[in-house]
Amino acid sequence: MEYRFDEKARYSKTHEWARMDGEEAVVGISDYAQDKLSDVVFTDLPAVGKELKKETAFMVIESVKAAEDVFAPVSGTVTSHNEKLVKAPELVNKDPFGEGWLVRVRLSNAKELDSLMDLAAYKKFVETL
Amino acid sequence: MQTKLHDWHVRAGGRMIDFSGWDMPIQYATGPREEHLRVRSAAGLFDIDHMGRFEVTGPDSLKLLQRAQTWDASRMAEGHAHYSLLCSESGGIIDDIFLYRLPQSWLVIVNASNTAKDLAWLQSLARGMNVSVRNRGADTCMLALQGPAARDIVKPLCGGTDLDQMGFHRVRECRLLDAATILCTTGYTGEPGCEMLLPAADCERLWADILAAGEAHGLIPCGLGARDSLRAEACLPLYGHEIDEDTDPISAGLARAALCMDGHDFVGRPALAAVAAKPLPHRLVGFELIDPGVPRQGYPIHAGSQKIGRVTTGLASPSTGRFVGMGYVDSRFAEVGSEVQIVIRESPKAARIVKRPFYTSPHWR
Repeated sequence: MEYRFDEKARYSKTHEWARMDGEEAVVGISDYAQDKLSDVVFTDLPAVGKELKKETAFMVIESVKAAEDVFAPVSGTVTSHNEKLVKAPELVNKDPFGEGWLVRVRLSNAKELDSLMDLAAYKKFVETL
Repeated sequence: MQTKLHDWHVRAGGRMIDFSGWDMPIQYATGPREEHLRVRSAAGLFDIDHMGRFEVTGPDSLKLLQRAQTWDASRMAEGHAHYSLLCSESGGIIDDIFLYRLPQSWLVIVNASNTAKDLAWLQSLARGMNVSVRNRGADTCMLALQGPAARDIVKPLCGGTDLDQMGFHRVRECRLLDAATILCTTGYTGEPGCEMLLPAADCERLWADILAAGEAHGLIPCGLGARDSLRAEACLPLYGHEIDEDTDPISAGLARAALCMDGHDFVGRPALAAVAAKPLPHRLVGFELIDPGVPRQGYPIHAGSQKIGRVTTGLASPSTGRFVGMGYVDSRFAEVGSEVQIVIRESPKAARIVKRPFYTSPHWR
């Protein structure tokens, strides 16, 4: 199975990614994660202002199979969420690193990004699964 | 356990899961949503070889069936098929089944998960009768071809046999290409189509031949994920969800479809007569979410602060774009239009009771 990756993103072991965009991080799930989930049918997006704590569940993605927790790859405050997913949750499947993003976060500790895997490390990690 | 098409599924990229002891494809690379929609718009081919099937033969065949199941089989003409139930003495549902009347025998199709239990039950009831109940799981293979294009796909393969002319819930022996086939106009998707019993040895070849013949009509292989969402939109019950040994056919809304209370003396009839004589405490209903969210089996159903029921099946319906489900509720809240809440991860979501099914194929309208 060939998965898509984003070279600018950093990855968690639970298959979320974070990518800096200006002062904020964009957060989503990886192509590997969306493939394992199967068709996404609903995203329970967090409200703007919600505080995220690294490695703690902050929202749920519902697929045809099950409800799955999404864990924060970084700590911070939600500044916006992807409104398009309300009408089109399948964007998480179609474009997990682009139009299928989940939230934007103002980081409380920028150093946390360094603890995430870079592209090479994450690719290697996915190969072991 | 593996069906006779197991290796084909793996080669085709089927995502294999355990389904009551069977290694089955939940989906192919196409994905369950697209597979679902294809069955509604064109056709899908399903491996249903995991389903149990018993051949009942001998002079006491009708006697056994009249004791074992809830539909009056004496009303069934040769070539007819009917939905029915096996019930316990207490009226609980042992299984839901399809009964086919062939010229020389009867076929009983049962749920994969209940095959061993049902066979033991039928054989125990057959004691002292001149009848044989034989498991045909090994020497036959079972496929389902479902969708509006099924008719056009089957016709040239089966020597001109027209599914519409056969009528719904009919069965006949014919040849599919060169193979002796039992062809049934039944299914579990809410679409027209057929289910087929084929010789086990020819299974993989015929599967491939049907797919090739159907390609121009839009036919694709479909997994159990699509099968489940299709049956749920059509509000067809699934054993272990809407029905089990703790539920009765009347509360499950299956009286018209599966019960004949005025004729034959089947196991469970006295208990069901007692259920029918009193108001039902709870009933199976269909509901639609007003607040978005995905209902799933076991979620509580509330009316205000009071728990009034539980979800048995829920889904994001691919054909309607709505979040819908079925569940048992206190009969006082079972009327269409009643406002209830589905509790999703401790959060009550507004829902209302709606008419079933959630989706009706244009074929039946």
